[in-house]
Amino acid sequence: MIVQTTQKSKEQLRAELLKPDVITGSEMLLRSLLLEDVDCVFGYPGGAVLYIYDAMHGNPDFNHLLTRHEQGAIHAADGYARATGKVGVCIATSGPGATNLVTGIATAYMDSVPLVVITGNVATSVIGTDAFQEADITGITMPITKHSYLVRDVRDLPRIIKEAFHIASTGRKGPVLIDIPKDVSNDKAPFYYPEKVEIRGYNPTVQPNKLQVERMLEAIEESERPMIIAGHGVVSSDASAELIEFVNRTRIPVVTTLLGLGGFPSAHELWLGMPGMHGAYTANKALQSCDLLIGIGARFDDRVTMKVNGFAPNAKKIVHIDIDPAEIGKIVSTQIPVVGDVKAVLQLALQKAKPARSEAWISHVTRMKQEHPLRYKDSETELKPQYVIEMIHETTKGEAIVTTDVGQHQMWAAQYYRFNHPRSFISSGGLGTMGFGFPSAIGAQLASPGRTVVSINGDGGMQMCSQELAICAINNIPVKIAVINNQVLGMVRQWQEIIYDNRYSHIDLAGSPDFVKLAEAYGVKGLRATNKEEARRAWTEALETPGPVLVEFVVRKGENVYPMVTQGNTIDDMILGDSE
Amino acid sequence: MIRKHTISVLVNNQPGVLQRVSGLFGRRGFNIESITVGESEEKGLSRMVIVTTGDNQTLEQIQKQLYKLIDVIKVVDLSSHPMVARELALIKVNAEPAARPEILGVVETFRAAVVDIGPCSLIVQVVGDSEKIDAMVELLKPYGIKELSRTGATAMIRGAVK
Repeated sequence: MIVQTTQKSKEQLRAELLKPDVITGSEMLLRSLLLEDVDCVFGYPGGAVLYIYDAMHGNPDFNHLLTRHEQGAIHAADGYARATGKVGVCIATSGPGATNLVTGIATAYMDSVPLVVITGNVATSVIGTDAFQEADITGITMPITKHSYLVRDVRDLPRIIKEAFHIASTGRKGPVLIDIPKDVSNDKAPFYYPEKVEIRGYNPTVQPNKLQVERMLEAIEESERPMIIAGHGVVSSDASAELIEFVNRTRIPVVTTLLGLGGFPSAHELWLGMPGMHGAYTANKALQSCDLLIGIGARFDDRVTMKVNGFAPNAKKIVHIDIDPAEIGKIVSTQIPVVGDVKAVLQLALQKAKPARSEAWISHVTRMKQEHPLRYKDSETELKPQYVIEMIHETTKGEAIVTTDVGQHQMWAAQYYRFNHPRSFISSGGLGTMGFGFPSAIGAQLASPGRTVVSINGDGGMQMCSQELAICAINNIPVKIAVINNQVLGMVRQWQEIIYDNRYSHIDLAGSPDFVKLAEAYGVKGLRATNKEEARRAWTEALETPGPVLVEFVVRKGENVYPMVTQGNTIDDMILGDSE
Repeated sequence: MIRKHTISVLVNNQPGVLQRVSGLFGRRGFNIESITVGESEEKGLSRMVIVTTGDNQTLEQIQKQLYKLIDVIKVVDLSSHPMVARELALIKVNAEPAARPEILGVVETFRAAVVDIGPCSLIVQVVGDSEKIDAMVELLKPYGIKELSRTGATAMIRGAVK
């Protein structure tokens, strides 16, 4: 695989990098990235970043992965960041290079993923003149970045990079963009990398207010039907262990949001599933009956709450733990706000946590969970997508990192791959970005060379970034790619069936390429399965084959994701379809 | 309850900071009635005074979202305190020589000033809270207002700071 480690020791490299030499902006950038412990950068060169790429030439310490599209680069950096918790880094040139990153930046912003995005720009002397390949990328991305910089003076560059990494990786994480004009990347100055960051307007609250935590603990002790919604914040702050202990101690059942999956083990007796539009029956019902609701690093997204003023109507109190104060009270009114890092909050809470009066409630909801499991009608003649996911789960023993694209297969993966570890489910939750699934797996695989990485895609989304098959083949990145091919845009088809009265409009993907041949064209092994037996055989072969493999599963076309709550309804108003 | 709020926002005087703040209002659906920006008492920092309308929840969201901008140092809801708010307006009004004495009477009553006299028009400068300027504009309308330019309110909390 591509990540080579340098021969030098870390200390030796650091000492070399910190030398106060007079160097170009490009060299400063590379040194700064190495000082920030970046071990792989995803990117694509072009005119405005030529000096930066020139500095990379022959630099044995710096690893760069050339993707086939800037969008592939940023999704890979995103997958890298989600799998590790480290800051993902990507580089693109000015104009079209930069604008090709926009979807990826928005994806990371919506899901609070730490990225540092480097773009080139035209020289400062021609900025604002509609120069060749000029785009105002800081302006374009202002609403979708946590912060952005246009570097006008090379002497500011090291400080800006230091600040960018700090901002991206602290508080509520997110993408930070650094736009470097071409002349700045070639200007020289003495290199000085700051040790500390001081940003006056940026002091995220990490430690919670003790009083609020105590109020929460009191509310728990008084509650009879408490529930926890655990979200992405649990994963981002690496607070899974704390959450498990907190739940064991307080005896509160847990639902995990889409991006919270794995943040709390699905094998735990108090886990009730994922709530929301395609949530589990018991998860949705339990939220509607609970008397105390505790949101932990979850932002009450509309796909979770559905109709907000009918959401958790019996909750006498809502507690909301979040690192971002702006999330508290944004969607649901909160009686006990706790601003702070989830891990820090739970650690403090654990000092005094006592059980809720929840035993009767627990036996009620766990019985409901047994009586209403997720179900689908299996078939001996047609291959069912849910079966494929279950089979992938079984053959990877639930231990793989799974990335998904967006749509039906994403929901089936969320429902039927029982996640037990944090940072094992990687998916575009907030923005719902098709084309994310496959390139994000490349980043996750580079970050976790020892783990099996499975990328589950639909036949629609697979065609949005399939060009990155090339880099899997060239660099032997052993991602196992599943294409759940139902020959339609399944989720759109499902909505058109249920909400638009079977008026199927522009959803037919007939004429897609032969995915096996497509993989082979890039030098990736391709396999196809059309029934259960073939599916298992092909997938097992894929797992046993070193290197990347694509398996196309030709599944039933008309399959729907159930349960389903349609828009405008409360979450307990579920269409159960053939799951009942 | 929807009402008017006057917010003061202390920001780093960085390129693009006005775009960050106004863009935030735009994309989150917050209304801007007026916005004024200028230097503050501290070098490198600017103060924006924004007049907006919304209920208390909207105001809370505006403040919290503003704080998320890295270039925002401090946000104060001025209108929750006793405050002084002032706006300046320049009003170019038709003024044939015969009508001038009457107009000057209005100007004097408002403690406004005439800052330019043309062959058949005057420019009146008036300073005050927005209601005073509204009233002045109403009174000058019958003469024919040719041009009106208002700065929007700038404001401050009364009394000593901390």
